[in-house]
Amino acid sequence: MTGFLTLFHKELLRFWKVSFQTILAPIVSTLLYLLIFSHILESRIEIYPGVSYSQFLIPGLIIMAILQNAFANSSSSLIQSKISGNIIFVLLSPLSYFEFFGAYLLASVVRGLLVGLGMFIVVSQFHEVSTQFPFWIVLFVLLGSMILGVLGIIAGICSDKFDQLAAFQNFIILPSTFLSGVFYSTLSLSPAWQKLSYVNPFFYIVDGFRYGFLGVSDVSPYLSLAAVIACFLVVSLLTLNMLKTGYKFRH
Amino acid sequence: MIPAIEIQRLNKSFGNLVALEDIQLSIAQGEFFALLGPNGAGKTTLISIVAGLVMANSGQVKVMGHNVVTSYSKARSVLGVVPQELVFDPFFTVRETLVFQSGYYGIRKNKVWIDEILHRLDLADKADTNMRALSGGMKRRVLIAQALVHKPPVIILDEPTAGVDVELRQALWSFVKQLNQDGHTIVLTTHYLEEAEALCQHVAMLKKGKIIVLDSIRNLIDKIRDISLQLRLACEVLPMQLIKWSSIKQNECYIFKIQDYLEISEILTILKQEKIEILEMKLQEPDLEEVFVRMMSDESFIGT
Ligand SMILES: Nc1ncnc2c1ncn2[C@@H]1O[C@H](COP(=O)(O)OP(=O)(O)OP(=O)(O)O)[C@@H](O)[C@H]1O
Ligand SMILES: [Mg+2]
Repeated sequence: MTGFLTLFHKELLRFWKVSFQTILAPIVSTLLYLLIFSHILESRIEIYPGVSYSQFLIPGLIIMAILQNAFANSSSSLIQSKISGNIIFVLLSPLSYFEFFGAYLLASVVRGLLVGLGMFIVVSQFHEVSTQFPFWIVLFVLLGSMILGVLGIIAGICSDKFDQLAAFQNFIILPSTFLSGVFYSTLSLSPAWQKLSYVNPFFYIVDGFRYGFLGVSDVSPYLSLAAVIACFLVVSLLTLNMLKTGYKFRH
Repeated sequence: MIPAIEIQRLNKSFGNLVALEDIQLSIAQGEFFALLGPNGAGKTTLISIVAGLVMANSGQVKVMGHNVVTSYSKARSVLGVVPQELVFDPFFTVRETLVFQSGYYGIRKNKVWIDEILHRLDLADKADTNMRALSGGMKRRVLIAQALVHKPPVIILDEPTAGVDVELRQALWSFVKQLNQDGHTIVLTTHYLEEAEALCQHVAMLKKGKIIVLDSIRNLIDKIRDISLQLRLACEVLPMQLIKWSSIKQNECYIFKIQDYLEISEILTILKQEKIEILEMKLQEPDLEEVFVRMMSDESFIGT
């Protein structure tokens, strides 16, 4: 247990020591999205009956920031350790691959939570944010940041250079979050785009999370929950298997 | 007693490149062992396999009886490795680095021992300095400290003295010798052969992924038995009696190859009889470097 806790602690310190970039900066940039989009669209769109655009957008932006930062945490930590070579200190130690997995995953979740919480606190100063079902909110925050934390581990393991990681981020993570219904309801899409949205696991994270705030959503929160849990299991098993076989790490 | 390190029929290739071929090696507990070989011979690859950083294609490796693949956790906890590359985590100070490293090995309170290694490696006044702000030699000392946090019974040092100044090198070796006397098994690679000769009992020489020599250093040197006697003489031509020693002339000096120290007195007697004055005399005994150079240059010489 000490080994796991140490690695977890190290991972927390790693982003905490540079919290200006890892927590504050994402909060500020996400608030800018809110400012711009709600200003332009506020008066024109009402997505669900009685729900203003800002009310709709806020949970989406919060979860988007959480997901992106959870991903960034494990992936950038791993790629930095790999490129500078200091990953060797962990690889030389008797830490099991399970502990390794858990430590990187949890640190990602914590970073995601801090960013999300910071966003929530700042936003609720300016907007009235309703939280209908806090339990669902917490559930989707945890599962969502866990999935992205694991995806970050995968990206960190697979990339050998920063630009490969950037490609992963720009061509997979970013489009999937943007197209997951953060800015719009999938109900307003054409059937083809709707179908595409429903195979995007990020959609279920966003939709379920938003249900916790608004009490309304595009699909049933139970469906979202099932999809998100299934997704987490699949990516986790894949990652654990990579770590177990030493893929890319112990060549 | 189980060997500290036991390697059986080990093979490793990187693509087409055969990095290690059929390595068979057993290092007893308490040994001070040198792993020598030119650049690219496969030393680091071998160490990496023992440490579990690289997977072998076939064969098995045990550290203190624990298989490095199937019981990796046990094997790694009895092993300390100082990597060849100067790696560090720029986020942390020296002390943080060592505290974390202890934690990875499951040790929570390690202050006394950490203070001791910091002191022994002359890092005490840098304990709270960020890793980024250390010189290259200091970073290497931290690497050594990191390998020792869990007091491993088996310690492998991959070129620990590269880039380290003379003073620290002395201090480092006396520290490592102390560890060896306390019962730790030490394996080291170095390109400074005098170091290996002065410290180690046994040696393995690797060449292109194969072990070509595996013996005690004493045996190897004794086997060569070529002593050369260098003489600068006050004469134009060598007296006839000295012709039977094959000699070469090099910068005014004659170099006589002899097999036995008694031959020196024979040569001296002849010179005395011939009344030839000796201007300068030097005796060169074989050393590990000589052994190394011969083994590496001679294709056919595959030692014991
Ligand atoms: N990850 C790798 N991928 C491909 N080839 C490798 C890899 N690591 C080592 N090699 C090759 O394996 C051979 C042995 O390398 P190794 O690093 O073990 O040599 P060494 O004996 O430690 O040399 P040096 O004295 O320079 O440290 C070299 O030809 C090297 O190029
Ligand atoms: Mg090497």
